Amino acid sequence: MPILWLRVALGFYGIGLLCALFALMRRGILPRFALPAMSVGMTFQFVSLIEAVIPDGSNALTSIHNAESLLALLVMAAFMIVYFSYRTTSPGIIIFPLVFVLTFAAASHQHPFVFTSPVLGGWLVAHIALIFAGYAALFLSFTASLLYLIQERRLKSKKPGGAMSRLPALQQIDEIGYRSLLFGFPFMTLGLIAGMVVAQGTYGHLDFLDPKISLSILMWAVYMLMLYTRWNAGWRGRRAAYLAAGAFLTALVAWSANYFSAIHRVVQS
Amino acid sequence: MNVQLIGVNYKTAPVEVRERLNIPESHLPDALKRLSQHPGVDEGLILCTCNRVEILARTRNGSADLRGFIRDYFRIDPSTYESHLYELSEREAVRHVFRVTASLDSMVVGEPQILGQVKDAYAAARTVGTVHSHLDHLLTRAFTVAKRVRTETSIGTSAVSVASVAVELAKKIFGSLNGKHVYLVGAGKMSELAARHLLAHGAASIFVANRTYERAVTLAKKFHGEAILFEQLYDTCDRADIVITSTGAPHAIFRREHGELFLNRRKNRPMFFIDIAVPRDVDPEMNKMDGIFVYDIDDLQQAASSHLSDRRVEADRAEQIINIEVERFHEHLQDRLQTLVVIPTIVSLQDQFETIRRSEIDRVRGRLGSLSAEQETAIDALTRGIVNKIMHTPITSLKSAAKDAEVTSVIEVVRRIFNLNLTGDKTKEESEKKKPGAES
Repeated sequence: MPILWLRVALGFYGIGLLCALFALMRRGILPRFALPAMSVGMTFQFVSLIEAVIPDGSNALTSIHNAESLLALLVMAAFMIVYFSYRTTSPGIIIFPLVFVLTFAAASHQHPFVFTSPVLGGWLVAHIALIFAGYAALFLSFTASLLYLIQERRLKSKKPGGAMSRLPALQQIDEIGYRSLLFGFPFMTLGLIAGMVVAQGTYGHLDFLDPKISLSILMWAVYMLMLYTRWNAGWRGRRAAYLAAGAFLTALVAWSANYFSAIHRVVQS
Repeated sequence: MNVQLIGVNYKTAPVEVRERLNIPESHLPDALKRLSQHPGVDEGLILCTCNRVEILARTRNGSADLRGFIRDYFRIDPSTYESHLYELSEREAVRHVFRVTASLDSMVVGEPQILGQVKDAYAAARTVGTVHSHLDHLLTRAFTVAKRVRTETSIGTSAVSVASVAVELAKKIFGSLNGKHVYLVGAGKMSELAARHLLAHGAASIFVANRTYERAVTLAKKFHGEAILFEQLYDTCDRADIVITSTGAPHAIFRREHGELFLNRRKNRPMFFIDIAVPRDVDPEMNKMDGIFVYDIDDLQQAASSHLSDRRVEADRAEQIINIEVERFHEHLQDRLQTLVVIPTIVSLQDQFETIRRSEIDRVRGRLGSLSAEQETAIDALTRGIVNKIMHTPITSLKSAAKDAEVTSVIEVVRRIFNLNLTGDKTKEESEKKKPGAES
């Protein structure tokens, strides 16, 4: 059943994505069609995840596909939070395709999960959920940085109009990016701590040389650096975008470490 | 009608020249009086905005020396402005007045302020009495044409003056203008207008710096803002999110090093420079810096004109309307002028018939005995009716003959038939004398 609901969700995300692409050409269509479609998609995805978790407990989340599905749901949730606070759908240009791809990957096959931690189920769920919330926020911040650069270029080129003329104001984009960063940081930090607790509990020690752990710490450091430059020097625009891209890249690398880390192997493929 | 127009506008003259030929509102009545006393000038109107200074006159022979008036009035070296002047007459002058009033000649085509400015100029000239007949007719027509252009084309629908474009851009950068600070560097009409727009959209406060401190104080008072000594400009400028500069400085007063200083102090919060000075006050290099946005007057204009992609189409439609209206105005004028020729004859014809009618009534009145008031009125109406019926054909023939070449011979025939010669000539002379003021 979960896979069925997930595929229904995928269908709705597809509709939402198509509407969003149309919206680049025509005004007003995004809130009217795409958002309801995406909301329905989120509901089905949520149901699918619940149904996956109920029989298997916390272990369900350690399946790569359920994890992808969870990440997609969290990214969508972050998008919705931004939408309701700022009434802007612009991040959807980048968010919707990502959510679609993540859900598509999750809905295509189902593999059995491999990572099990007999003792620390609660910590494991906390670790995954928190880290993913952090990822979602980081991705949103990265999206905002890209939009910031696009909007800045438009304003500087002094040629208004075109498909990008509906972007929110520069300072608003900046604020979305900054708030996402602020919002994501505690999640990321707590998620890492939870992860360490799980690792400690499972293996009895923390191997800092393991790529997953070292890369995760690197990602956290870049994240911290972004916040610091922002607080201290008010970095934004181009420099902030490069940093956000860097943080996002380390996050990707840290994620890919799942494929070669000795202790954090969630993938069976 | 001998209409002449002379002036400078933003297309022909840089702001330095326009500023020198500017006539402050308080001096306008005096200037108008002097214009109407200038040799050859019968009526006059002066339009003075930040984008143009134009003098419109109806002259006796169509060749009054308006350049001479400018020379006498401003008493500045003619070589500084002569090459920027344009002169138009007759049909072209009429077309120009129509185009200006309809906002087709504006820097931002379709902007609504110009109509009000022309109306103000017209009101000022009427108050002084320098516009009374032909120019009055021309201006009233121009207002109707402007209204027609506005309703029949969508040229004014997203019409935005430079000031409102500035507001829109500021909103693209800052989102809401609430709590944003505006810094005016130099006090000009245009920057004042932009500041007013920004305040109306929520900007929090205004700082004013001007080389003449008193002017800064006056302007700051107007906006409940804060006047700042020009020497403290660089120390205080980082307090502003939006800087509007319009000084007459020959070189850029804001350069890269200032930008770096401001950004440093502002922790890289963005700044928006609106540079409406010519030559520019802000070094274009500054636009390349992260977080600094510089728009000069041409950029603003470009942003304004790209507002409506079909604005050009609408402008073309508006031009067609203007063409039709110029033709119509001329025909109308021609009609009026030509009917003017036959009017003395018509008047004396009416006088003649009225005299006959009166004398005939007086002649038979005694024989009719006492009449009631109704009967009196009935007789009056009857005789009047007969006279009007008889007069109708000669009058319409005269009016239609007015458009033909042989109008004088028709007049001659009518005069002979009705024996109008003597009285007719007298009336003609009188009306010739009155002719300039005949249309009101």
